This record gives sequence, structure tokens and C-alpha cells, in this order.
Amino acid sequence: MCLSALNPDTRAIVPGAPKVQQTTELQRPLQILIHPQLLTLRTSQSTLEHHANLPQTSIGTGYDLTNSVFSPDGRNFQVEYAVKAVENGGTSIGIRCKDGVVLAVEKIITSKLLKAGANKRIATIDRHVGAVSSGLVPDGRHFVSRARDEAASWRSTYKTPITTKDLASRMGGYLQAYTLYSSVRPFGITAIVGGWDSELELPVDGQVGSGPSIGSGGKVEGKTYGGPGLYMIEPSGMYWGYYGAATGKGRQTAKAELEKLDLAALKLSLQDGVKEAARIIYVAHADNKDKEFELEMTWISNLDGPTKGRHQEVPKDILEEAENLAKKYLEGEDDEETKDDDKPAEGDKMEE
Amino acid sequence: MNHLPQAWGRPRDDIYGAYDSSYLQSHGPNQHTQQPIVTGTSVVALKFKDGVIIAADNLASYGSLARFTDVKRLRKFADTSVVGFGGDVSDMQYLDRLLNSLDTEEAYSSSGHTLNAHNLHTYLSKVFYKRRSDFNPLWNQILVAGLDGESKPFLASADLLGTTFSSPSLATGFGAHLAQPLLRKVAPDEEAAAKLSKEQALEAVKESMKVLFYRDARSLDNYSIAVVTKDGIDLKENEKLEKQSWAFADQIRGYGTQIN
Repeated sequence: MCLSALNPDTRAIVPGAPKVQQTTELQRPLQILIHPQLLTLRTSQSTLEHHANLPQTSIGTGYDLTNSVFSPDGRNFQVEYAVKAVENGGTSIGIRCKDGVVLAVEKIITSKLLKAGANKRIATIDRHVGAVSSGLVPDGRHFVSRARDEAASWRSTYKTPITTKDLASRMGGYLQAYTLYSSVRPFGITAIVGGWDSELELPVDGQVGSGPSIGSGGKVEGKTYGGPGLYMIEPSGMYWGYYGAATGKGRQTAKAELEKLDLAALKLSLQDGVKEAARIIYVAHADNKDKEFELEMTWISNLDGPTKGRHQEVPKDILEEAENLAKKYLEGEDDEETKDDDKPAEGDKMEE
Repeated sequence: MNHLPQAWGRPRDDIYGAYDSSYLQSHGPNQHTQQPIVTGTSVVALKFKDGVIIAADNLASYGSLARFTDVKRLRKFADTSVVGFGGDVSDMQYLDRLLNSLDTEEAYSSSGHTLNAHNLHTYLSKVFYKRRSDFNPLWNQILVAGLDGESKPFLASADLLGTTFSSPSLATGFGAHLAQPLLRKVAPDEEAAAKLSKEQALEAVKESMKVLFYRDARSLDNYSIAVVTKDGIDLKENEKLEKQSWAFADQIRGYGTQIN
């Protein structure tokens, strides 16, 4: 059935083939998994990108109707459409600091009736990893649920917490599986996964004695183990490790700001990382000023730091301080560039 | 119930006669734990006015062999509770992993609340009861020490049969015979326990551990002790019994009539 839909020309020349009905408008929406036309509210910038990425042949050729179908030039258009859904979501970022990782997300406030601080978007996986995503929120929830299962199954097998790298690998594999079959659709999210892998010799889960005093085998003297990890996983299942990662609507602006931080030098402290993360979300939101937003931010420090290797929400006082600095920065930038313009509304953030 | 873990969960010989062990087939389908193998002995705990003190020695015995001497039988849960395990050590490891995953999952909810000692005790007692009802018990007796929902001291016992009870002082296994009478002297009832200072309670628990080391052949002089209060858990895992009295032994000769 799919084949006939893809290549209309073959139908007529198959002898004895039953007459296949032309794809009607009624049937099409059933086959369309994610169609770009369903995704409204595209910025002018992403429209440009859209035309740059997708040749005009993609729509109407039939190669974009079903997941897991290769176009003649080897692309899966349904996956590319899923990326479009991500590009409409609120901005999320992750920063890898020398002593921890920060995750932040811009939550657009769709209604004044939403409770401030409720509806968390950043989730904890095991104890030491956090995950945030841009795009379809329920897909993000499914991602987190699967990641928690993976972390639990890792523990039951290896009796030790999963490393951020291994979790990213498993989740990359999981998302990629959703590009392989026409019976499923790709994930409409790009997820950022950040964690701190303990640098200490951890006890095995359920261990009752102290074990050998010389430590586990195969470790190289002088080499450090564990540390911060930050990965971004795309709808295709592709994932890379990052110094700083950004996705969602304001990713371009956020990426430009992240590049200025010289994160590769690993000099940025976690405390400064929190301030930078808040500032970057505020700067990225500046392109989308008409909507109010709430900043949600979490962090994971090393074992000596404020969270002791656990993934936690950034405490309220530190969050507010970071937000005030971000607002001040935006005001300063506003004064320099356009002195005549009105200052950004104080109500950028919903009252608490 | 007596202090021998092997006898726990069995009909009492003095009432029902010797157990017909032909019912305990050593092979066949669907085998469950029939007896504990590596065991921990007593756990001792006492409430005081601000919290609870709980202690257990660091020994895991393999029958009469003192096989493992650095086994930590007190386990923290969520910074508010300590569970002390007596009985089978592999079942204790299973329960520890269970509690570990429970703690991780509880932290996922954004409410910021987690299980208090009271909730934890209810949970564990239901796990025990389910397992004994499947004829596959977890061969332990445990004490849960911590603070309840009103931040008041909480102490209760649960065992392989799913039996639960609570008291201002509790001890499992051999400790039920030797430590309980001593602890009851300092805290005969809840009112007395609510007046106990931390120092008094610590002294009573340490004294009990010493008496247990004197008289329990499956005990060790290395022990762990935890004090749970509103300020958190102070867990020390490598304590050594102090001020043991053996000097009198010099004066003892023979078995009765021998003179020098």
C-alpha cells in the first residue's frame, strides 16, 4: 500500500493489479504524521531555514508521508518535520561548568491561570542526571520515563549508577528506533541531558562490607574518573557531547551567547554558570517579547558543591538573584542599542 | 520467637513437636528460601526526647563462623530514617536495593516530600507480609528508627512474618532477651522515653551492646550506631566497645572445688 502511494507511476503498469484509488484528501491526514503545515507560528527566520533545508520536491512527492521512508537523496522527511516541531518549542539550554552542570528552560506562559512554579519541565533521572527538552511536551515526558527505566535497569544489572554518557547513548538508540518504522512517528523533541558522574570509588548498590582496600582493577594511576557530562539528543537519534547546548525557538541567539563563554576551557564555575544560563534564556526570549515566560533552572554540582552530586532545582534565592542580573543586563543592552525604545516590561516574568 | 534466626517462622518445637523436615524438600520445583545462611545478630534501639538511637554490630556470621566482620547493618533512608537489619544478609542486600530504588523514585515527584520513618515501616511490613504469604519470606527482623509525620521520634519492628509492633525501646534476636530488660530500666514507658536525654540514651544503648557482646556468641565488639534527630542522622559505622570488664577472670580457677 505504501509503495503505491509513494510511486503513483507504477500503478498503471502492473498487470492485473487491482485498481488503486487515488489518495484522497480524506486519507491523507491519516498518513501524515507530522506535516509542516500543521506547525503554525513559524518565525521568519525558521521559514527561511525551512526553504533552505527542504527542496520544493519534498511536499507533494509522497516521500514525506510516512516515517522511515528514504527520499531519492537519502533523507527521512518525517524526521526533518519533527525537527520543525522542536524549533517552535521554548528555548532550553545546558551549560557544562568545571564543577557541575546547569540546565534551564524558558516556559512560555500560555495563560494567567497557570500556577507559578508548577508544571515542571526539567526532570531528574536516577539521582545525578537531569533532562530538559524543547518541542512536544508529552514526548519529553515519554523520554524522561524511558530514561528513568534505563537508569533503573542499568542499576539492577551493574549495581552502580548509569553514567551520563551511557544514558545519552541508550536514549539516542531509543529515539533512533522511532525513525525505523512506519507504524510510529519520530520524537518531536530535542532533549538535553546533563549529569555529574561521581569521581569517587562508589560502593556497589546493596554492598554490606567495605570490599578490597586497593580499589577496583583496571584504573589508571593519576587519571581522574567521573565529572560533568552534557549531551543533546535530536529526533533522528543523533547525539553529541557538548560544552554548551541549546535548542528550541531561541537556539540561534542562545548558541551565539554560549560560544562567547569559552566553555571548552572549563573555567566557568557552577555559580557563574547559573547566572549565565539565566541571562542566556532572557536574551533568547528577547526575540519573542510578546509572550510572558517563566524561567526554570536546575543544577548538579560535584560532591563538594551545593548539591553533592545530585540533580536539584536551583534554590529560590539564587534563581532570583540570577534573574535580576539577567534583567539588568537586558536593560543595559537596551540602553546602548536603542535609547528611544521603551525599556522591556518589568512584567517579563509572571508575578509570584 | 527466640534468638536463633534458624528457628524464626517455624512452629515451636516445645508446642508442636519436632518439625517434620521431610516437608522441607531439598529439591523439586519452585524452591524458596528455607533458612538464613549468612546472618546478622541483634539490633538495639531506644527512643529519647529528641529522636531515636539505633545500634547493631558489624558481624555477619556463617553459622558459628564469624565470617564477615565489616558488614554495616544500619542503612540510612532519605536523611530521616535508619533501618537496622537482623537475620539473613542477602535478604538485607535485596531490601537495601529495594529501598534505594524507592528513595530514587520518591525524589522524582516535584513535591519535595519523601517517606518518613512511619511510612517506611508500613511499606517494609507489607513487603514482608507479601513475601511470607507467597511462602518465600525475607528472613529478617528489622527495626525502623526515625521521625514520623509530626517529626516525633518513631521506632517500630517488622519481621519475616509481617508481624509489627512498636515500643519506646526495641531489640531483635538475642537482644530481645538481654538488651530489652536493660533498656526498659531507663525507658519503661513512652513518658519516660520522652524525658530521656541523648546522653542517657546513648549510655544505655552502648551498655546493651556491651552486654550483648559478653553473652551472645554470634556478636562482635565492632558496631555501628546512629542517632536520628531533626538535625539529621549521625551515623558512626566503626565504633569499638569500651571499658569491658574482664579483670575478674584472673580470680577464677577451675569449675568449683579447685583451690589455686
